[in-house]
Amino acid sequence: MQKILYFGRLSDVTGTSEEMLNIPPEIETAGALREWLDLRFDASGALLDPTVRIAINSEITFDTAPVSNAAEIAFMPPVGGG
Amino acid sequence: MLRISAEPIDAGRELKQFESRATSAGGIVTFSGQVRPHAKQGPVDTLFLQAYAPMTETGIESAMAEARTRWDLESILVLHRIGEMHPGDTIVFVATAARHRRAAFEAADFLMDYLKTEAVFWKKEETATGAHWIEPRDDDYADAARWTKKETV
Repeated sequence: MQKILYFGRLSDVTGTSEEMLNIPPEIETAGALREWLDLRFDASGALLDPTVRIAINSEITFDTAPVSNAAEIAFMPPVGGG
Repeated sequence: MLRISAEPIDAGRELKQFESRATSAGGIVTFSGQVRPHAKQGPVDTLFLQAYAPMTETGIESAMAEARTRWDLESILVLHRIGEMHPGDTIVFVATAARHRRAAFEAADFLMDYLKTEAVFWKKEETATGAHWIEPRDDDYADAARWTKKETV
């Protein structure tokens, strides 16, 4: 099980700010996970928006990063400031 | 020192404690940010602020470290609220202490610009017309860019 976090406006689309998930083995990269989740939530591209960055274990990463060993994967829309 | 918490901030009490610690400073500058009562969409009912631990902390701590390299500071305090707030609540409190006032003023200004644009927070305003996620204003980015220019000197 891997922990997936959806921050800011994304939680309105996904209906949750975090969930535990078994990512299918064929989903190997952060980019593939984006696409798979976008379809799963019927998010109409909200998760595919290039301004949405992905962090693996609290480190901002690229879409090519592998997700199989990631304990926590966060989808981060642009930050709003304090 | 940095504290991110859902507990209310008592700016007066924090200043008193900060003063009692920063005894050898010549000047202390503080900034309190409050939840605004009005948004573009009308009167604000609730402001909701979300952070991502430990990324939010790490980012603010590096801005504090950067402030220390730029200015001769005796101490820095950054308090930030998360969770649900209402108009008039203190959302952020920054205090800087230095031997001379200019360093304290500039460091507090620098830290606030970081907090308003780059700090890892997501912010939602709830008004009578619904909830809206807020992103920094162009003015906030322009304010923050003032410090980037200095870096190239």
